[in-house]
Amino acid sequence: METTHKLLRKESLEKLYNHLSEQRRIYAPVKTSDGKVEYRYNPDFPDVTFDHIRSTLSVKNLVFPKVENLLYYTSTKTETTVTEIDINKTKEVVLWGAHPCDTAAFDILRSIFCWDINDEFFLKRLEKLIVIGLGCKSSDEYCFCTSVGLSPVSSKGSDILLTPLKNGHFRADILTEKGKKIAASGIDLFENYSNDEILVTEVKQKFAHDQVTGKLATVFEHPFWVENSLRCIGCGACAYVCPTCACFDIQDETKGKNGRRYRSWDSCGFGLFTIHTSGHNPRSVQSQRWRQRLMHKFSYMPERNNSLGCVGCGRCSSGCPVDMNIAEQLETLQSI
Amino acid sequence: MNNLNVKARKLLETKVVGVVIGFETGPTGIVRPAFITDPSKADTLIYDEHCTQNLAVYLTKPEVKKLGKIGIVAPLQVMRGIMMLISEMQITADDIIVLGISSKGELLEISDISVMQGLIEKSELSNPLKDKELLDKLTSLSREERFKWWQNELSKCIKCYACRQACPLCYCTRCFVEVNQPQWIQVQSNTYGNMEWHILRAMHLAGRCISCGECGRACPVGIPCHLLTMYLADETFRYFGVRAGTSDKMKSVLSVYDPGDKENFII
Repeated sequence: METTHKLLRKESLEKLYNHLSEQRRIYAPVKTSDGKVEYRYNPDFPDVTFDHIRSTLSVKNLVFPKVENLLYYTSTKTETTVTEIDINKTKEVVLWGAHPCDTAAFDILRSIFCWDINDEFFLKRLEKLIVIGLGCKSSDEYCFCTSVGLSPVSSKGSDILLTPLKNGHFRADILTEKGKKIAASGIDLFENYSNDEILVTEVKQKFAHDQVTGKLATVFEHPFWVENSLRCIGCGACAYVCPTCACFDIQDETKGKNGRRYRSWDSCGFGLFTIHTSGHNPRSVQSQRWRQRLMHKFSYMPERNNSLGCVGCGRCSSGCPVDMNIAEQLETLQSI
Repeated sequence: MNNLNVKARKLLETKVVGVVIGFETGPTGIVRPAFITDPSKADTLIYDEHCTQNLAVYLTKPEVKKLGKIGIVAPLQVMRGIMMLISEMQITADDIIVLGISSKGELLEISDISVMQGLIEKSELSNPLKDKELLDKLTSLSREERFKWWQNELSKCIKCYACRQACPLCYCTRCFVEVNQPQWIQVQSNTYGNMEWHILRAMHLAGRCISCGECGRACPVGIPCHLLTMYLADETFRYFGVRAGTSDKMKSVLSVYDPGDKENFII
């Protein structure tokens, strides 16, 4: 679809927000009392933040919840009855004010969840998602979207992208059919846009991702991995705050005769992740797990999914208790 | 902190240790753990008020142990961690050289464990003031209010286990959450399951927690989970008169019966 540029006045934002949340749930960022930013369902418009850099957690839970029920079952002595989840009951959600790194993650997740078979749970949630992106007017030392082929105003993954303008208003890019439907849904908020200057932050490029990908193919046994991961304590914080990490565990949980099967987030940083029933662990130490994390995102995924596994949001680094800074490490790797 | 750099360099040059674990400033200006193996890099070690992480957590990591004898920069909370690890037979005094740091940030001469024990005994061992204040606030709430407060906090938990991984005393190679026959706690993250995890972890650390606060500091979503273990550190002190990490001969107060135990809690 051809993109159309419109002007959305700042006074109209609230009207658009309220209009969108009339019939559906809306998921928007708010600042918490301890200074963090988190997404919540249906916050009041005055509580929604427009000047945040990043939320602590990504918004991947909208399409890949931290716990997703897959089926229910009832067992008797002779038989087990399985009840499927009716994914058609999945409700529409509006994601409001997500930055371009977060919206770009949906395509990457799709490349994982639809790599061989189509994951219908993921796809249904994605189908029901309306994304109102928000270009970035500020950034910090953890941001590196420009190193992974994105920018603070990338429109990837948004249905409508709002880009801040220097005059305080917004340029609204209507990008998809979903976006077009909203723009035409009886609200007269989108005006003609006449090339007002956009307000965009500068994000310094830290590495060239194609060079990193090339380098990774040759450094599997390099001492770099041990030297640079000694301080990694092996928690799952980086994977759980990451917008593109998609590993999950599947569990059956039974109470009496009834039970359910669900999947929940998992992380390759955990020692348990690869342990075999025999007790053998092919990734028995942390350096191997850290290498896997970087290899997966910058070597295996470009090769298998034709996509990087990273959007440069910087959450893994800002959330890491021991400053395992991924951009810094890739920058170092590039030059070894 | 010149003395620290000189000492670290000497230990590495004379090959007394294979690695010195300390702190450095990373390229983004954040203080983080450093593993110095090359004597010429000893100058990058720093020590200031930002050096808060409990480095004792690394003493049980296989890839760190492989580097040889370990020199470790050790303010009080690290010394107490070391003491606990020795008393629980996870390391021996011969595995390490302690580069002790006083509360004023000065390098301390620690020739053996008894010297370290003396230094610990002379130090303030109760919970840090700001945590004490928070705990007082929580204990002044009614039981129902407190439960609600914790429910709200722990509903944020994503079960990344940063709290466990950052803790020097959570060294089990197989944590109970990783045992699934039988399943001890739910794998998924939900409010009650998260509470199960944090309460069980706190109980496992009762009488073992050294009040370093590392678990709370490591939490990416900002849950003050260290208050649970700190509360139990106070409780075990109240009932048994013992603070964890004060002696290399200490036995876990909840695992050992001593005829001298205070018994005023027995009804």
